[in-house]
Amino acid sequence: MRPERAVILVTGGSRGIGAATAQALAADGWAVALTYRTNSDAAAQVVSLIEAEGGAAAALMLDVTDPDSADAVLEQASKALDGPVLGLINNAGVRADDLAVSLDDDAWDSVLETNLTGAFRLTRSALRGMIRARYGRVVNIASVVGPRANAGQANYAAAKAGLIGFTKTAAVEVARRGVTINAVAPGFVRTDMTDGVLDDAVLAAIPARRAGEPQEVAACVSFLASDAAAYVTGSTLFVDGGMSA
Amino acid sequence: MTTETNEKVQKVVFDALESFGVESAGISLEASLESLDIDSLDMAELSQIADEEFGVALKSDDVKSIKTVGDAIDLIAGRI
Repeated sequence: MRPERAVILVTGGSRGIGAATAQALAADGWAVALTYRTNSDAAAQVVSLIEAEGGAAAALMLDVTDPDSADAVLEQASKALDGPVLGLINNAGVRADDLAVSLDDDAWDSVLETNLTGAFRLTRSALRGMIRARYGRVVNIASVVGPRANAGQANYAAAKAGLIGFTKTAAVEVARRGVTINAVAPGFVRTDMTDGVLDDAVLAAIPARRAGEPQEVAACVSFLASDAAAYVTGSTLFVDGGMSA
Repeated sequence: MTTETNEKVQKVVFDALESFGVESAGISLEASLESLDIDSLDMAELSQIADEEFGVALKSDDVKSIKTVGDAIDLIAGRI
């Protein structure tokens, strides 16, 4: 059973999938610390929406590429919401698309650093408290890109495939301490990140013939973060309208 | 190191081993970690406890050198 006053940290929680996830988790009774990198107004708006529904939330600035930020943000989240951080949603992500043949080192490094290394560092820090508490929920937001090819996204695919591999191994390491680690792999979801991407050709390639909504991804994260999912760990739940079937 | 320090460390280590699921009757200074089924996750948590309780940071080489419960207590107590 989730302990009282448990806090969950949602990175990249000011918009898109992160914002929808933060709201869903707050409705489930988690105290939600959502992080933003630049858009403090959007983050404050998500906090207001959660509070208006009677939930507890706080917005924290975080650059997941800063190696020293993981311990600090977990401590801030715990202080701001007066409880232990027993949940972590690694959602912060960036894209810098190009063909592998012309992808420069900066585009490679920045995508790996944010989407994979940042998630690793936060998970490493958060697991310490979760192991001691004998309870924890980590959900990594991966992607259908990685398990599947997507020309122009070699860096993103490498990071997200890496995130799924990390999820599996870290999950088996801590399973007997009541800590679960899973991944959710969205397909094309209607967010700022997919602006200009969702053309007719893309939609025609999706068996459901439509893009997903952030709330549909959030519902899956909510399940994996719940007590009902206590026996689910190391798995990847695809939320992609059938693309990976 | 003082006897008092050693006793304090011993209590913390014994309590930690019990929290890892080891039967208290099997815990002694001479007991090997292997015989108690203590694995790398348990040792990672014990290192964390040593840090939280005594401010002692154990590196992976330190952990590898620990064979018995007594070794763990001596190593931690010797660094306080």
